[in-house]
Amino acid sequence: MLTVEKLIEKLKLDVIELPDPGREITGGYAGDLLSWVMGRAQEGDAWVTIMTNMNVAAVAQLTDVACVVFAEGVVPDKEAVLKARQHGINLVGSRKGVFELCGEIKDSMLSAAEAGGEYEEAEV
Amino acid sequence: MSEALHYHFDVDGANFSNAGRASVETKKLLRQIGVPAETIRRIAVAMYEGEINMVIHAHGGDADVYITEDKILIQLRDEGPGIRSVEEAMKEGFSTAPENIRALGFGAGMGLPNMKRYSDDMHIDTKVGVGTTIELWYNL
Repeated sequence: MLTVEKLIEKLKLDVIELPDPGREITGGYAGDLLSWVMGRAQEGDAWVTIMTNMNVAAVAQLTDVACVVFAEGVVPDKEAVLKARQHGINLVGSRKGVFELCGEIKDSMLSAAEAGGEYEEAEV
Repeated sequence: MSEALHYHFDVDGANFSNAGRASVETKKLLRQIGVPAETIRRIAVAMYEGEINMVIHAHGGDADVYITEDKILIQLRDEGPGIRSVEEAMKEGFSTAPENIRALGFGAGMGLPNMKRYSDDMHIDTKVGVGTTIELWYNL
């Protein structure tokens, strides 16, 4: 299982708001057009974006993503951070590009799944 | 729907940053009532699109939520400019939103298509110069 906390550690992400560090990441989505994201991001996704206004927090809340990952070193607006804090939304950031981040998130999910599988076998 | 639970929200048209308040509140309410998570998600997404539309195009409006045993109705009502061509507005990518709205991540022409996609039934009643009422229906 990959949690937001583990992803931060693995990818050396900057923590912006972390009200729910143990939240599981079950998928990923990248995009900046909010209507598009709303229609397609799934619950539990790590959402990678360069959009920084407070509507990002609203969309994250409505779609139930596990965290928002701000790419390319962009910094969310104060209002967005405040809203995330109020509603328990994880916000993290990185200087890396969207493509690179998505690749690393996917790799992290795969290796966490493999590790999880071994652990289950060991238990039996 | 005489025995429906009813909740009313004002959608503040002056303040873009408040957009989403009604859908977020509705999401909380539906969770408390125990509506299935996937239905809540569809309602929240469709309703948020409606709120954004009201803020962008119509200086706000009213959002009403009616809940009965087997149906949920979201009614979004504004006194904005109306929709000139519903057929065009329903096409993905068609948008009349100004540039400053696009910079905020909206105006991609996904609003009405998303609302249709995320409802079981949608009715649009619109008149140019008078306003628009949209009903979103959900079966429980």
